[in-house]
Formats: sequence, C-alpha cells, structure tokens
Amino acid sequence: MKSYQLIPFLPLAAFVINILLGKRIIKDKAHWIAVPAVLASWVISVFTLFDVIGGKVFNEDLYTWIISDGFIVSVGFLVDQLTAVMLIVVTTVSSLVHIYSVGYMHGDKGYYRFFSYLSLFTFSMLMLVMANNFLQLYFGWEAVGLCSYFLIGFWYEKKSASDAGKKAFIVNRFGDFGFGLGVIMIFLTFGTIHYEPVFNAVNGIVGQSINILGYDISLVTLIALLLFCGAVGKSAQIPLHVWLPDAMEGPTPVSALIHAATMVTAGVFMVARCNPIFNLSHVAMNVVAVTGAVTALFAATIALVQNDIKRIIAYSTISQLGYMFLACGVGAYAAGIFHLYTHAFFKALLFLGAGSVMHAMAGELDIQKMGGLKKYMPWTYWTFLLASLSIAGIPGFAGFFSKDEILWQAYASGPLGKIVWFLGAVTALLTAFYSFRIVFVAFHGKFRGTHEQEHHLHESPKVMTLPLAILAIGAIISGWVGIPPLIGEFLGIEHSDKFGAFLAPVVGHPHAEGTHGEEIFVMLLSILFAVGGIITAFFMYIKRPEIPVQLGESMKTAYRVLWNKYYVDELYHLIIVRPTFWVAQSVIVGVTDGKIIEGIVNGVPRAIGGFSEILRRVQTGFAHHYAAVMALGLLIIMIFLIL
Amino acid sequence: MVPLQWYIWLATAVFAIGVLGFLTRRNIIIMFMSIELMLNAVNISLVSFSHYLQDMRGQILSLFVITVAAAEAAIGLAIIIALFRNKATAHVDEMAETKG
Amino acid sequence: MLPELFFGYFAAAIIIFSLIVVTRRNPVHSVLFMLILFFHIAALYLFLDAEFLAAIQVIVYAGAILVLFLFVVLLLNLKEETLIRRYINQWPMGVVFAVGLFILMFISVRSFLAGPKGEISSVLTGQSNVTNLGTVLYTEYLFPFEIASLVLLVAIIGAIVLAKKRLKS
Repeated sequence: MKSYQLIPFLPLAAFVINILLGKRIIKDKAHWIAVPAVLASWVISVFTLFDVIGGKVFNEDLYTWIISDGFIVSVGFLVDQLTAVMLIVVTTVSSLVHIYSVGYMHGDKGYYRFFSYLSLFTFSMLMLVMANNFLQLYFGWEAVGLCSYFLIGFWYEKKSASDAGKKAFIVNRFGDFGFGLGVIMIFLTFGTIHYEPVFNAVNGIVGQSINILGYDISLVTLIALLLFCGAVGKSAQIPLHVWLPDAMEGPTPVSALIHAATMVTAGVFMVARCNPIFNLSHVAMNVVAVTGAVTALFAATIALVQNDIKRIIAYSTISQLGYMFLACGVGAYAAGIFHLYTHAFFKALLFLGAGSVMHAMAGELDIQKMGGLKKYMPWTYWTFLLASLSIAGIPGFAGFFSKDEILWQAYASGPLGKIVWFLGAVTALLTAFYSFRIVFVAFHGKFRGTHEQEHHLHESPKVMTLPLAILAIGAIISGWVGIPPLIGEFLGIEHSDKFGAFLAPVVGHPHAEGTHGEEIFVMLLSILFAVGGIITAFFMYIKRPEIPVQLGESMKTAYRVLWNKYYVDELYHLIIVRPTFWVAQSVIVGVTDGKIIEGIVNGVPRAIGGFSEILRRVQTGFAHHYAAVMALGLLIIMIFLIL
Repeated sequence: MVPLQWYIWLATAVFAIGVLGFLTRRNIIIMFMSIELMLNAVNISLVSFSHYLQDMRGQILSLFVITVAAAEAAIGLAIIIALFRNKATAHVDEMAETKG
Repeated sequence: MLPELFFGYFAAAIIIFSLIVVTRRNPVHSVLFMLILFFHIAALYLFLDAEFLAAIQVIVYAGAILVLFLFVVLLLNLKEETLIRRYINQWPMGVVFAVGLFILMFISVRSFLAGPKGEISSVLTGQSNVTNLGTVLYTEYLFPFEIASLVLLVAIIGAIVLAKKRLKS
C-alpha cells in the first residue's frame, strides 16, 4: 500500500470512530481523533505533492466495485499535478478549520457529531479529487453534498437551518441530475467511465452529433454542457446560486471549509479535470465563460448592499467562483485553479474571521450593529484586513496574482474574452468596495451594538486565532508561486509562473494573444480598480457616512432590487415551488395517494383477510388430519412414480 | 440365499404398520412408537441394501437414523410430559391448540 | 432352505409383533412387545452381516429408547385412559391409507433394480464389520458424525428445558 492511499482513509477512520463512539465515550474529546487524522492526511499530501513535483504520477485501481458486462467501475486513485494541488488545498484548509472548530464549537451539544461530519466531508472531498473515474467523482460529488446538507442543518432545531439544508440539497439536485446524465452519456459514448480512456478517445467523437427531439446536437457539446450543469449547481453559479447564501445558516467553520474553500470549488475542479472534453466544444466553453462572468458581476452587485456579514462573504464566494469559471471558459484552466487555490486561503480566512467576530458578538451577524471592533479583537482585525486586501487584488497579495492572471487570460483570448474581461474588471472594482465595506463598517468607527454585547467583546482563544494567522500568511504568500512572467522579469526571477508550468501537463497552456503593452494596461487597470474600490469604501463609510444613506434614498428601486437579490428566490418560489406544491396537493394527495395508493393499501389486506378467512378452516389443529394429508400426499406421489 | 426383495417387502410391511398406528391411535405415546416402527423399517431396508451391495454406507446411514431417533425420542417424550402437565391428557384428538 | 426358513420366522414375528404394538390398549404392553420386536430386528441384522448395528439395536433401542418410553408411560400414570376407546373416530381412513401405501410400495419393489456393488465391505477386505464401519465413519462421514453429536447435545438441552417445571417468577 502506497502512503498516498491513506490520505482519504484517515479522515474516514476518524469519522467511523467518532460517529460510533462519540455519543457515549468520546463526547467532547472528539477533536483528539479528528484533528490528528486530518493533520496526518495533510502531511502525507505534502509528501505526495513533492512526489508529483518530482515527476511521479499515480493512476491505479484499488478495488473493483461493480462488474456488469462491459460496465466496470473501480475505486481508484489518480494523483497528478491537478489532484496534488487540490489535495494541498483541501487538507490544509480542512486541518485549519478542524483546529479552529475546537474553539468555535466548544461546549456545543453536538460536538462529536460536528467533528464526525467534518471528517466525513474531508474523506468525501478527497475521494472526489482523487477519483480516477467518473462514477467515483460522482460518489464524492454526492457525498460532499450530503455532508453539506448535514452541516448546514447542523443546528436542526432551528427551522431556518433545516430549511436551508433542504434548499441546498434540492437545488443541487437540479445540477446533479444533469451531471448524472453527463456521466451516463460518457459511458454510452465511450463504453467506459475511467478518465484516461475517455480523455484519450474524446478526440474521436468530434463532429458526431446526437438527435434529440429533432435537433442535431454535437455529442461533445452535449456531454460538456451536462457536466457543466453539475458544476453550476455545486459551485452556485447562475441560475442555481440561491442555495449558497442560505447555507450560511450552518456553523461558520463549515461555511469556511465547505461553502468557500473546497466543496463549492469542486465544480471548477471538475471542469478543469474534464478539460479534454470542454476544449473540443466552443459552445460549451463560451457558456462556461459567460456564466462565470455574469455570475461574478451579479453576485458582486448583491454583495454591495447586504448587511449580514456571512451573506456578504457568501455572495463574494459566488462572485469569485464566477471568476474561476470565467478562467476555465477562456481555456485558462491553470489560472482558474490558481484562483481556486489562493481563494481557498483568503476566503476561508474571511469566514473564520467573521466566525471570530460572531463568537465575540454572541452570534450577531448584522454589520450595522458592529463597529470599532478593531481595538477589541486585534488579531481578528489584522487577519481580516489582510484577507480583504488579498481579495481586493492589491499587488503582492495572493488574490492579485490569481485575479490578474484570469483577467489577462480573458482579455487575451479573443473578442468574447474582451467582454468577459470587462465584466470581470468591473467585478474587481465592486469586490474591493464590498470587502472594505465590511472592514470599515464592522471594525472601524464606534460600536453600535447593545451594552451587553460591548461588555462581552473579547478576542477569540488562541486555538481560533492560530488558524487565522496561518491562513493570513497563506493569503499573502500563496500567490508567489504564480507570479506572471511580466513581473517576474521585472523582479529578476526566472520561470516565475511555477504554478502554471506545474499544471501544464494536465490542463495545457493557453495561447495568449496580446502585447506586453496590453498586459501592462490590464494589470494597471485592475490595480486601479482595486485601489479605487478601497478608497471609495473609505470615503463612503469613514469620511462621509451619510452618503450611503443618501444613495439608498435617491436610487430606491435599484437599492431594493439589490437588497432583495434580484428577486430570484421569489421568482423560483413562483414558478417552481408553488406549482410543485399545487401538483403535490391536488394530484398526488388527491388522486394518486388518496385513491390509488389508499385503495391498494386498504384493498390488499382486505382481500387477504377474506381469503384467509376461508383458508384458515384447513387448519383444524388435529394432528391426525395433518398426518393423513401427508400420507395422502405420499400416496399420490407414489402413484405418479409407478405410473 | 434370501433375496433382497423379501427384506424390502418386510420393511414395507413394517412401515405400513407404523403408518397405520400413527393414523389411527389416539394415545400420543403409541403414536410415537409407531414413528419408531417406521424408522426401524427404514433401517431394515438400509441394512439389507448395505448387505446386498457390499457397501458400508448403508449401515452408516442407519447408524445416523438411530442417532436421530434417540434425539427425537428424548425431545418428543419431553414434549409429551410438558403437554400432559398442561392438558392432563395423552389423547391427541382432544388437543386442537393450533386450530386456525 | 434353512436361511429362508429362518427369515420366514423372523419376518412373520416382526410383522405380528408390530401389529400387536400398534393395537394394544395398554401402552405398557405395547412397549414390552416392542422390546421383543427389537430383539427380532437385531437378529435380522445378524443375518445381514451387520453385527455392530445388531448390538446398537439392542443397546440403544431396546436398552435406552424403550426404557425411556416405559419411564414416560409410568410417569403419566394412564390407568383410566386404558379403559376408553383407543382409535380415533376416522380410523377406517387410516387403514385405507396404510393399506394403499403398502400395496403401492409392494408393487414398486417388484420392479426394483439394484445398483453396482460397493468397494468397502467385510467380504472384500477380510476385516471385521466394526473395523470397516469405523473406517468409513471416521473418514468419509467424519463431518456428519460431528453434526450428529451436536444433534444429540441439542436434544439433551431441549429435553431438559421442555421437561423441567417452570419456576414461578
């Protein structure tokens, strides 16, 4: 057994131990099992990364799961450059979130349950990224969805939490249905669901089309779009983004791990993993790019006006995921994964910082009721500030390198690229603004909460601030492995874009059409937007706090639309939820359940009862009768044998 | 030399007498003895086959039959005692506990 | 001629004693006639070169099982039971079935065809019946033999559980 095979199974073992023994024996010691397991996974992941950097790529089947004629499914691991990056992201963030949760969840009555779910999630996510076939990917995909459901509804006695869990699960169903169909289409087309043979054979199906309801649809486009359906659901892109803000009902460490750093990025990972399929379809690529860009802008605008600190960060996550899809859509998979990787650090940091604030404020989420937290919680403030600088894209921070890479690759990829670049650049401005809106409103100025809350304000324990500090370091330096050559030349570093070169064997390297001058222009513009956004926020919330109120008054309609998140939830309620309820009420309850099923359920026992009323007379209870029947039977058998 | 068929006819006759006893008697102990008769009839046929075929397996089989008969007698008689304690009768046609 | 004569005697005795066993009014008589019947069957086994089985028949059947029967009969104390009718009301049905079965089996035995001869026998190996029986029992039939011991164990436990008086709880 090679050591990397242990990576997913250590968290699984921790899950099994905690879920079985947690309630009676382990109780509030659950972290002593979960944390070492995930830390060990992290250590092995680091060694695996060095193995992969050294040129080793693993792809092997451990166990054959299903054999049915030609349909062969095995549990196997593919560890290449892409997986190695994902392993580092998942295990690093998961370890830090595990440690943070020791402080955050302290004293919760579901303590052991929380850690078992976290471990199960880590296992599922690792199975997802390490899969070497589509069904195992699908398994991991559904398993992380299940864990997400468990953890969103972790405080299930709160109705909003259990509703949010259900919403996440149901909305994801829409996407996963498409994803499942995509996997089936892949099997029907290629006769196998292992990555390697599929990706080798995919060139052969270019130009083939399939007839659906009279329309000829290119086979490869269909497969790519179906797979992308799953990514849209899991990564909360338009139009299936509605579940992610509601998912903030879960404990904050969960938001950091699942709904920011890892699970929601599974869609991006999957698109990057399937790049041989997507590359062959212009239509699918354009759909991915446009969906990503529109989502980025759309979510950023909503984030501008929200007051719930976790929801702002949640919309910010949707927006950043949009960036990643934008990158994938223009063929810059490496840039997308690079943003996934840096985003994991600063977004997890933002969420954990928000959790730290909530911890101090006794669960308060409204940033309007905060203010001046800087002097009470210095660690939280400084790390939150670093994360905000990173997400805003200030040069030198991780977010700058990845975002700039995406924007440049988009700009350089042709006419459609220019449009998505423009959307992305505007989003960058908005991102800087809303990120620093939180910083200025929540951490600066005067405290606006109740006296009780003010009295209670305190810095979080070390076990929570330590992960913040580590993530803050990540939010600064994690980008330094992907410095664009332009800056690298300037700084005198050769081959500065190590990240892109590392991933090139898996996802290729896009050809950028553009001059140095254009690249400098794009970069300067994004720096300008980042700084501009921060200054605007500073001006509006520190210097002249009356401006936002006036703006809200003067642009009432726009404000209300944004405040209500473009009424998407209401629209879905009208066109999906209400008709579903109506159908359920009138057709299913009225006819199917009331008449057919009730009829069967009541009719069958009645028929059986009537029949047995007759049949029971056979049972006389006299042993001689039974013996006589046996003898008669023997007689009949003998007669038949003799004749 | 006695032909094999004579033995089989003898076994058949004993078996039929066992069936007769089982089907007609009221006393549960006699019914049990009828079962023993039937088992003995089978044993006779098995041993005669064994002798005729010059094969030990027939005798082995009847050895197992005797084993099972011993176990069956022990259990059956225990049941009779338990039954008699509850119903105070040894007559099968006075019991219809399992009537449907 | 002599073997046929002997067989005739034992066969006749077995059938007559069987009939007596199933028709006696008093169970004690039935048991005692059954004892004589079992001795005759044991003698029949001797004709068939099954010395060991003959011994087992006497020891286990006559010595153990019948004593058990006798014991139970005495335990139940069925004195007045012996005075009332001994057959069920539908006894002619039983007679018809038994006779029918006998006739059918009798007919089928006439067309009986024997299989090939076996390999293990006293005649072929020149060893005693017990040696041969043991050889086969402890090699080929070792596993069923062990299971038979388990059956007996279960019977012991079962008999104790069934027959003991329920303690009032």
